[in-house]
Amino acid sequence: MRFTLNGRGVSFEGSGARRLLDVLREDLGATGTKEGCGEGECGACSVLIDGEVVDSCLVAVGQVEGRGITTVEGLADGGRLTALQQAFIEHGAAQCGICTPGMLLAAHVLLQEATRLDADAVREGLAGNLCRCTGYTKIIDAVLSCTK
Amino acid sequence: MPRRDGAAKVTGAARYTDDLAVPDAWYGKTVRSTVPKGRIRSITLDPAFDWRGGRVVVVTADDIPGENVVQLIRDDQPVLARQGGEIKHREEPILLLAAADRATLEEAASHIRIEYDAAQPIYDLDKATEVFSTVEISKGEVVEDLEDVEVVERTFRVGLQEQLYIEPQGAIAFPWREHGAGSREQGVTVIGSLQCPYYVHRALKRALKLTDEEAVVIQAETGGGFGGKEEYPSIVAIHAALLARKAGRPVRLIYDRHEDLAATTKRHPGVITHRTAVKKDGTLLSQDIEIVLDGGAYCTLTPVVLSRAAIHAAGAYACPNVRIRARAVATNTPPNGAFRGFGAPQSLFAAELMVEHVAERLGVSSVDLRRKWMLRLGDTTATGQKLTESVSAELVLDTALRAVPPIRPTAKPPIRHGRGLSLVFHGSGFTGSGEKKLQGTIAMEALADGTFRILTASTEIGQGTKTIFCQLAADTLGVGLERVSLAPQDTSIVPDSGPTVASRTAMIVGRLVQEAAEEIRERLTRERPPFTVEKSYIQPDSIHWDETTYRGDAYPVYAWACTIADVDVDMTTGEVRVTDLVTAVDCGKALHPVLAEGQIEGGCLQAVGWATIEEIKMKDGGYQNDRLATYLIPTALDAPRIRTILVENPYSRGPFGAKGIGELPMDGPAPAIIAAIHDATGVWLDEVPATPEKVLAACASR
Repeated sequence: MRFTLNGRGVSFEGSGARRLLDVLREDLGATGTKEGCGEGECGACSVLIDGEVVDSCLVAVGQVEGRGITTVEGLADGGRLTALQQAFIEHGAAQCGICTPGMLLAAHVLLQEATRLDADAVREGLAGNLCRCTGYTKIIDAVLSCTK
Repeated sequence: MPRRDGAAKVTGAARYTDDLAVPDAWYGKTVRSTVPKGRIRSITLDPAFDWRGGRVVVVTADDIPGENVVQLIRDDQPVLARQGGEIKHREEPILLLAAADRATLEEAASHIRIEYDAAQPIYDLDKATEVFSTVEISKGEVVEDLEDVEVVERTFRVGLQEQLYIEPQGAIAFPWREHGAGSREQGVTVIGSLQCPYYVHRALKRALKLTDEEAVVIQAETGGGFGGKEEYPSIVAIHAALLARKAGRPVRLIYDRHEDLAATTKRHPGVITHRTAVKKDGTLLSQDIEIVLDGGAYCTLTPVVLSRAAIHAAGAYACPNVRIRARAVATNTPPNGAFRGFGAPQSLFAAELMVEHVAERLGVSSVDLRRKWMLRLGDTTATGQKLTESVSAELVLDTALRAVPPIRPTAKPPIRHGRGLSLVFHGSGFTGSGEKKLQGTIAMEALADGTFRILTASTEIGQGTKTIFCQLAADTLGVGLERVSLAPQDTSIVPDSGPTVASRTAMIVGRLVQEAAEEIRERLTRERPPFTVEKSYIQPDSIHWDETTYRGDAYPVYAWACTIADVDVDMTTGEVRVTDLVTAVDCGKALHPVLAEGQIEGGCLQAVGWATIEEIKMKDGGYQNDRLATYLIPTALDAPRIRTILVENPYSRGPFGAKGIGELPMDGPAPAIIAAIHDATGVWLDEVPATPEKVLAACASR
């Protein structure tokens, strides 16, 4: 089967029942996508499938045939950080960093889709991604700084 | 200044333990007890599974080359329970398995048969017979009932809490290779998610009978710790190492969330009773406090947790007569252990609510009462420590009060608004003579190319160690940050700086970094690099502590915080929503304000979770909330707006005046929230978490 990963075509041979998370991490070396709970509660494994935020631990790889996957590795453009990634660093939105990849992808979609974002909308948009370090304040600040 | 590890963390380049690709590694698994107490009658490998041909490696207690003990304080916790041996809690490790693939591993695990002779477990603190430790602190004479004296007595309860670092526990062990006939190196290298490389190093040496050189521990990027990766990683590392040694190949032992929740340490629950005597004018006469903590099945770090709980139990107040009697007992639940705050959140919760109860009895404002009681420069604490500098109770109280807007107007039913306040302090660094005994050490290299390298075992777990250490060195040396680097946290390279715990990294170890940089700067005026400078902690002569009487300078200095919480309580559902949290924190000196605020905000939210939604219900010695679907932590939607105000009252021996603040933010929010719930509803809960059921029950019984 074939799909696109961060804009690049990849082919995968093996059981379509395997979790997308495992195929990304183990077969394709995209270890930026993390496993926090394995049951769709924490969002550490968030990826974008055709631009939508999905928990990759709940997706069988067979379901993504022909579709486009974006992981955290696909955000920066040729080594140049996006404004959002830069804001995460400057505002202290990443501490231990384990939730950061998923959080960035969820925030990325939020910034693309929303016409006007306020703190409440950011909270709602990131509610599927757990962070235990920051108390979310700095993450919300970072996302809002990109709306200006 | 951006954090050192920022770019790697926002691009996915940072490598955590489970991200490390090890081509020939096998997967490991721990087989655990299913009973809370008993004896192992038999362990059988079911012949229905084909165990032959080296498909699976099986490790039992008989395979442990050294002592079957997890090195910590007391030698009571086995690495693996042995056949015929005692089981003291559910999820106790009994046997280890490794296989080339997960399917084989799971199939093998389902063919292990363990039979037990079950015994009667103990969960009730009053019925517990084994005492891990006791602490008694005494100052003056406790005042009994007298004329014109008000005595208020209350009992408080605090619940279990999971650290819930988002990266579960894990380690990968690499056995050293054979080098031809007769020259087998028996060493092992372990890479893992951990806070304290040298704790793991000591534990490996003892269980695997290795020399200092034969055990190598390397910290991978670590996805949160909060104390949960202080002592538990020793167990994961020993298990992985035993499997790797027997398999003759690397083994990865990575817990899934369910195993991590079910088996690893939690915050100690407990019961705390206060009897406080005051004059009618509010003068504090005496505090009589009893603390009982539930240690779970094995000792782990319980005596140290109890010690910190006891020392903080009187709160941030000056009282002439104090008696604190504390004990930690054994029950048949999984062992409780280190968690941010380390006993202080438990005892400060009770101390702060006690101020509220006394104020209510006297009919005065609890803020005014705090102002009357609070510790000031020159006052003495419960241990008789005279506070000589950086005392900021009044400063943080005034700062927080000034920062909050007036409380919102009356809410629409069924919602009610409420506001509560707390005032706390937290000792920075190890208790008493801890730092003196430990003698944490760092080294710094001045290299020929004009760069500098810091060698320390202090770990980055999100709090910013890598950033502030480099910053301290660069600022002191007067060079650009790009000229300072940090050696990897690898026990074969860096000295033992002590564990990354106890709000000690910035203040104690950071000061050593500063001292080393000062010496290098001075030597560079007359000497050409390369050379290396080593610095170890030296206890100032002015610090006196008597371990036997619990008298003296319990901590070098204290950090202070005043927290004000606003809540909405839904009177029909009992749901509590913390809407706003303002916390004024005296950190001595904010070395990196963004990182300091971030650490404080994260700690506050952990405390909000403990106070409101983080609940673990026990059933037959196991946790019912052992999945992330049932153990809830605050999401971005649940989290209040948290506002941090840093105030700086420098500490003369901290780096640039800094004090430790890692744990302090865990102390204040819970009592402030319970006080806010009272403000909204008129009922006192006296316990956390304040779940909807408890709030409704309290309101109904009013």
